[in-house]
Amino acid sequence: MRGGAFRYEFLQAYRRRSELVNPVVFFVMVCAMFPLALGSNAQLLAPLASGIVWVAAVLATILSLDQMFRQDFDDGILEQMELSEVPFYQIVAFKILAHWCLTGLPLVILSPLLAMMLYMPSESYLSLIVGLLIGTPILSLIGAIGAALTVKIRRGNIVLALLVMPLYVPILIFGSTAPLMAAEGTVPAAQLLWLGAILVLMATLAPITAALSLRANIYGS
Amino acid sequence: MNWTWFHKWGSPKWFFQKTEALVLWFGFLCLILLVVGTVWGLAFAPEDIKQGNSFRIFYIHVPSAILAQSIFMAMAISAVVGLVWRMKLAHIFVQVAAPIGASITLLALVTGAIWGKPTWGTWWVWDARLTSTLIQFFIYLGIISLYQSIENRDTAYKATAIACLVGIVNLPIIKFSVNWWKTLHQPATFKLTEAPSMAAEMWVPGLIMLVGFYLFFAFAVLVRMRSEVLEREKRTAWVREYLEKKNVL
Repeated sequence: MRGGAFRYEFLQAYRRRSELVNPVVFFVMVCAMFPLALGSNAQLLAPLASGIVWVAAVLATILSLDQMFRQDFDDGILEQMELSEVPFYQIVAFKILAHWCLTGLPLVILSPLLAMMLYMPSESYLSLIVGLLIGTPILSLIGAIGAALTVKIRRGNIVLALLVMPLYVPILIFGSTAPLMAAEGTVPAAQLLWLGAILVLMATLAPITAALSLRANIYGS
Repeated sequence: MNWTWFHKWGSPKWFFQKTEALVLWFGFLCLILLVVGTVWGLAFAPEDIKQGNSFRIFYIHVPSAILAQSIFMAMAISAVVGLVWRMKLAHIFVQVAAPIGASITLLALVTGAIWGKPTWGTWWVWDARLTSTLIQFFIYLGIISLYQSIENRDTAYKATAIACLVGIVNLPIIKFSVNWWKTLHQPATFKLTEAPSMAAEMWVPGLIMLVGFYLFFAFAVLVRMRSEVLEREKRTAWVREYLEKKNVL
């Protein structure tokens, strides 16, 4: 059942291929907006690059969160999953993992390309990628709580964004300053370790909290 | 230990009857304290050597900033009580306190901006404390909008309580990260120009205002909770009896 939930997510995603690409396209487009608004000056863009990529990643994740549970909640599959003998939080954890694989991971893979387009200094690449690799799962985990809380709200998208965005602040700060530190020649160990610590905390708490929130929505009549 | 006193507060009727006198007391006391504190602070407290009269906004700014944080704490504790003991009143408290908390936080931000203009020269600085207060304000707004957009009341109560707890777990991380981000970006440009030891005639009105603010919160929360209880329990006999006694029906 655990693996089944995971496979089910991928099958669903494969059947809605075009939706799958949307957050990635959005991510690239937002990144492309910044040079258009700020000017294409390399000196100006280089120090901003990591911030731009991170903000775009956060926005793209927020855009994709609403679909994490909604469809399954609406057609009752989620209720059936809750009733199965597997602990519900484990199924939720697998759903979050699948969400990250399908939206977070593509962003990480694309980020070097965008960093290059924004003239990011070459010393910063590694810390940007590692930071995103640790940070985007946190975005999915915290976002899952928000998505679970708003699953019953029609057009819950905006409420979800309002709820989740303040909670993304630490990840944004640690993630976007790591490449800046690397550009100055220091190893951004503190930032990445903090991201790691938050990831461990959220990986422990978020699936349980999201499961609790989904239950409140399923049984709240 | 005997827990009946605790469980009695779970009954809306008990709560409504017991708080009837309390509301008036809180209201009068907070009115007296706020008037005394304001007049003392604005007219009689000595001027600050460095900041002159502009420091007097301290008497509104500091109590509101302290209260704004306490309200969040109270909401989180109440959320736990609501989720664990399924106490409706605790959920009502969370829902009723959130808008008050948001407005007090906004008051702290606005008075801070007004204070910042003469002392720092700008309305807004990305100072660590200002930034984390701003984010706390956003969290309040998120919780309020979550409550308002869920139609089913019980689900809304539960969801708000969970959001509160998620917020309180994240708040220290947010504060820490903002502090840390501050020191990384601009090393110590602004320091609050508070003297470490204030003269007694300066801080006493501040303390009065602080207590007044807390009492105001207690008063406002009780008034709102009582009206919420009346609305929720409007079909019960005791509410009808109460309204008949008041000659409303």
